[in-house]
Amino acid sequence: MIPEFGNFALVMALGIALVQSIVPLVGAVQNNSRMMAVAVPAARLQFVCVAISFLCLTISFIQNDFSVLYVAKNSNSLLPLHYRISAVWGSHEGSLLLWALILSGWTIAVSIFKKSLPLTLSSRVLAILGIISVGFLLFLLLTSNPFLRLFPAAAEGNDLNPLLQDPGLIFHPPILYMGYVGLAVPFAFAIAALLQGRIDASWTRWSRPWALVAWIFLTLGIALGSWWAYYELGWGGWWFWDPVENASFMPWLVTTALLHSLAVTEQRNTFKAWTLLLSIFGFSLSLLGTFLVRSGVLVSVHAFATDPARGVFILIFLAFVIGSALFLYAWRASAIISLGRFSALSRETLLLINNVLLLVACATILVGTLYPLFMDAMQLGKISVGPPYFDKVFAPLMLLLVFVLGFGPMTHWRKDTFKNLINRLLKSALISALLGMAFVLLIFGPAPLLTTLAVVLGVWVIASSLATFKNHLGKDKPLDRLRLLPLAYFGMLVAHIGVGVFIIGVTLVSTYEQSETVRLAVGESYTLANRRFELADLTSVQGPNYNAEQATIKIFRGDHLVSTQFPEKRFYHSSSQPMTEAGIDAGLFRDFYISLGEPQQGNAWTMRLNYKPFVRWIWLGALLMAFGGLLAVLDRRYRKKQEGAN
Amino acid sequence: MWRFTLPLMGFGLLVLILAIGLTQDPSEVPSPLIGKPAPEFELPRLHDPSQNLSLADLKGEITLLNVWASWCESCRVEHPFISEIAASGAVAVYGLNYKDERGEALKWLKALGDPYQAIAVDQDGRVAIDFGVYGAPESYLLDQNGVIVYKKIGPITARDWKEDVSPLIQQLRDKQL
Repeated sequence: MIPEFGNFALVMALGIALVQSIVPLVGAVQNNSRMMAVAVPAARLQFVCVAISFLCLTISFIQNDFSVLYVAKNSNSLLPLHYRISAVWGSHEGSLLLWALILSGWTIAVSIFKKSLPLTLSSRVLAILGIISVGFLLFLLLTSNPFLRLFPAAAEGNDLNPLLQDPGLIFHPPILYMGYVGLAVPFAFAIAALLQGRIDASWTRWSRPWALVAWIFLTLGIALGSWWAYYELGWGGWWFWDPVENASFMPWLVTTALLHSLAVTEQRNTFKAWTLLLSIFGFSLSLLGTFLVRSGVLVSVHAFATDPARGVFILIFLAFVIGSALFLYAWRASAIISLGRFSALSRETLLLINNVLLLVACATILVGTLYPLFMDAMQLGKISVGPPYFDKVFAPLMLLLVFVLGFGPMTHWRKDTFKNLINRLLKSALISALLGMAFVLLIFGPAPLLTTLAVVLGVWVIASSLATFKNHLGKDKPLDRLRLLPLAYFGMLVAHIGVGVFIIGVTLVSTYEQSETVRLAVGESYTLANRRFELADLTSVQGPNYNAEQATIKIFRGDHLVSTQFPEKRFYHSSSQPMTEAGIDAGLFRDFYISLGEPQQGNAWTMRLNYKPFVRWIWLGALLMAFGGLLAVLDRRYRKKQEGAN
Repeated sequence: MWRFTLPLMGFGLLVLILAIGLTQDPSEVPSPLIGKPAPEFELPRLHDPSQNLSLADLKGEITLLNVWASWCESCRVEHPFISEIAASGAVAVYGLNYKDERGEALKWLKALGDPYQAIAVDQDGRVAIDFGVYGAPESYLLDQNGVIVYKKIGPITARDWKEDVSPLIQQLRDKQL
């Protein structure tokens, strides 16, 4: 009964979403406020229905109802409860249901916080979100229904993909989806603005926090995914330029550009059409990502089950949503006039450079990701584009971006002069150059030029952010000024410092990491990066749904025992593929990372020992960026205006 | 203002590429050997190593050459279907035992059944290199003259059989008549 109930709720949700998308739009055209008012109750009812449906699927998983095909494929009675729950989004159908749930969640959030918005604008936004819901609910019901029954019921389930049986994977998809789907809100705001043909100050003030929150989730989701890949896949890599990763990174880059463009629109009343275009791009890329991941047009290590019918559906949906958005843009954008003027050297210019660089970076990734597909489509042969391409084109763009970033916050709006700018920043430039070089030299010795440059630029971002902060406080009564500083300002500084920390981490780990594949028997040891790794013991371990071989590895520095690690090779009952659980001795300045290879004769294993300096700074940087975003969202000005309108 | 239509046009192009891309199968790697004569080989037979199996033995009828090994898990998955094909008599099925140990291979056949007319032993994988084998399992369809007409990397599925292999065999038979 429960699965049927879930299915019914899903059909109900589709019907309500149709009402939510059509009635308010018609009402907005006819200026009929009663029709427009339908948007809010419809959005809330739709959320309730999708939530019920999601709950039904979750219950089926908890109860081990193997008469449901999706449950039988992705769960097992031996699977621990928390993984049975996360298995709900462990595969295609459930992921989509989670997607729909989050979308209706965002919609209901808009309907709650929209109070001060004009009725026409808010009902249009809700209607557009409704249209997107309709698309996803149809997709679920037509091609990917998670409630399909299996007859006769399976006695036992297939088990969840062992790669996904990990705490990191419980949170990674929901957080990433929050970001992906959250981009639908600024998208809907942009479409509504195009429909009404103008952008005013309240529109920007409204759109900006939503874009920020989506961006925060996207940042956290990508960072979490990278961290998971690092410790779970057993290769010790943190980014693979895999199509699925690229699919999440492209919207992030565009949304980062959007946040900066929104800042210009809010403060200076310019860049308006551009901001709208970026809002459309952000969500378009998140839809494109869904297409790439779900349709199977690209080969990826994230081998999701794929189906051509699904690909066709998403492509049609994609063409409809993005195509009509861009059509609307082509038609109406010229009516949206930007007022602010600025000179060649001004914060506007620097933010424009930021936007161009971020967009070029996104375009290079898009080209690299789609190039194999393009070659194939043109019958020019099969090729694949790997990390060397991405590293080569991406690193120079990012270094340039970081260089400009140091100047941005210190530059005045509208008009500035080189002389003043140099006066304000000369000290931090010199300090960062010296500090950066000393830092590399003292810790690692003579370094390649590019490494030194990248570290110096990383320090430069941090130093110039701090200098900006100091400059802002001024000389007299700094404490009074501190109190007056908007929270968003701190947010910006923290996020920028995060970028610096990230750059330093990436540079150092990619230049100085060491790794060695060795064969160790019990009692033997190997020395890497001044640490002695001793294989102390080998044991067999029983897990709930797997057996494992576990090694005990002691890491010594001189004679002093630093840490003991227990890397494992797991054999899940359900899968012939063994899984590597790495042993990681983590630290702020270095990780030691051990992953087991193959068993050898004579009580020995091959294993890979890795030394990864500053690898944690990569995720620390991402966390700082997200935290900076959070500070900006909490800024008084976003709350005050709403309260004022009440 | 025409510049506002640029994004739309770019997007149109993208959708076109994606639509074409959707019709292609990314896991399908074209073999340069398709349409060419299979490479010559002469290898000992698994059941009787004193005897040889060569390409000449395969000529004269349509054959499916299946690359397998006892250490290969996917071969185990594929095995029942290979047996089904052999039992149907639609095509003569030969095996190429790839980088395997003789004892293990014989044990494997004893446990799961032996659908092959004959099996050539490619201990060092030399012949497999000539064929361009990516890994086991892999299957080649050879026509009556020993020309490769089809190649499948990975286990042959019922769908491959229905959509690709079976129609090809039918075509070859029609041509013969």
